[in-house]
Amino acid sequence: MDPHIQVRDLNVHYADNHALKDINLDIPKRQITVIIGPSGCGKTTLLKSFNRFLELTDQTRLSGQVLIDGIDIYAPGMDVTEIRKKAGLLAQRPFPLPMSIYDNVAYGMRIHGIQKGRALDAAVSRYLEMAGLWEEVKDRLHQPAARLSIGQQQRLCLARGLAVEPEIMLGDEPTSALDPFSAQHIERKLLDLKQQYTIVLVSHILRQAKRLADYIVFMYLGELVEHGPAHEVFEHPRQERTRAYLEGLI
Amino acid sequence: MKERHFQRRHLHRRHVEEGIVKALMVLSFMLLAGSLGFILITILIKGLPALNWDMLTKTPQGGFYLGKEGGILNAIIGSLYLAGGATLLAILVSLPLALYLGTYVRRARWADFVRLSMDILWGIPSIVYGAFGFTIMLALGMRASLLAGILVLTLLEFPIMTRAIEEVVRMVPHDLEQASYALGSTRLETALRVVTRQMLPGIVTAILLAFGRGIGDAASVLFTAGFTDRIPTSLFQPVASLPLAVFFQLSTPFPEVQQRAYASALILTAIVLIISFGSRWLATRLGRNIIK
Repeated sequence: MDPHIQVRDLNVHYADNHALKDINLDIPKRQITVIIGPSGCGKTTLLKSFNRFLELTDQTRLSGQVLIDGIDIYAPGMDVTEIRKKAGLLAQRPFPLPMSIYDNVAYGMRIHGIQKGRALDAAVSRYLEMAGLWEEVKDRLHQPAARLSIGQQQRLCLARGLAVEPEIMLGDEPTSALDPFSAQHIERKLLDLKQQYTIVLVSHILRQAKRLADYIVFMYLGELVEHGPAHEVFEHPRQERTRAYLEGLI
Repeated sequence: MKERHFQRRHLHRRHVEEGIVKALMVLSFMLLAGSLGFILITILIKGLPALNWDMLTKTPQGGFYLGKEGGILNAIIGSLYLAGGATLLAILVSLPLALYLGTYVRRARWADFVRLSMDILWGIPSIVYGAFGFTIMLALGMRASLLAGILVLTLLEFPIMTRAIEEVVRMVPHDLEQASYALGSTRLETALRVVTRQMLPGIVTAILLAFGRGIGDAASVLFTAGFTDRIPTSLFQPVASLPLAVFFQLSTPFPEVQQRAYASALILTAIVLIISFGSRWLATRLGRNIIK
């Protein structure tokens, strides 16, 4: 396996709560990894350690390493904006920026100086297309993004995230706020995108995990219980707790 | 059977409750709308006949307060100077303070102390500000002037503006900032390009709310800005204001002059209305993109 993200002895505390306990994990490149487990097990915390989002919360302590392409993102002197450019995040609920559809996609390219002028127009339409939104918005690019439906907003957030040219796309239950049709739309796009991106998702829906995952990470109460290729984990779980979770017992 | 009877009575009671509360709300609304209408109609009926071009374009000429020639341009310009200057100064203090309170020290204990102080300042009657300003001026040997009036009005406007802006700052969803950070924005980019856009309509409204309070206040400028028939050409000259123009004209014994007081009130009200509608329009325009 060619690992893209490597987690080494990762421990996270929120105030008194030991949220992640000695996590060691390799996440494969250009595959979809789905982190599953009951709520409160640390799925989202693990995900947010990959783009240094945990430090936005007060009283969070973290030790250990997270390596992306072999470089520890928590090493002193690492530029956090560079890390977040490399690892985009699709949030649980879509939050467009308070600007037009066009500007939402252009925002990241502008701040990172990736594109400007004419090339920007082309890039905006390309990323909207990749997110499967272009056809619906091509005639109203300069309308407020807030007017889109929530499903469209999530695809806009996907386009916006892709536009900063990340290598990794993180998703924190990105379909949980959407209607089934929009959710399906996002899932299809994620399956397309794994050709080019390493995708890591948090999901509490087992069926979704089965549809999408190439690699499964099962967490329970802050511990990493089991991880491996999806078919292996689903068909022959090695751990008792994994089996119990898959059968809906915990 | 008994059960169902009970339920029906209970349902009836719930409908009655609903009806009473609804009636109360409609009543409150009518009281409010009625008062506004009554005020507007009164100043229109009493003021409109005396309103003419001279009122708007001329300063008081000799014998104006006895019913002769002239207008209240001095007070119109004076009020705009006073409230405009005070609003500008208040923004300089309020905006940084509100941003600081709303983002950096949201829950700190001393921030609550600052908020409490502002709420108290907000509640202080404006005549007290006037008297306070006057005391300071005496100590400094200053005369009533545009500058003194602006400074006192700034004090008056500052708490209302800060509290209103802080509310806007606190309403910015955390997830919105996170969305910006997730794209690799710096703090500054997030603040200037994302959060400011989200807040702008609210800030405009807050500023104009404060302006409205400033331009309508008579007591705080009574001693500090003075009153004059001339339009000031420097910050150190006294200046007239609309509320005081209303007051002085209304307290003369001449009916013509009293009518002009209503015309002046009409002008003041018109300015406030224009500002309100203008800010509404601006806030809606700027608010097109806001994320709710």
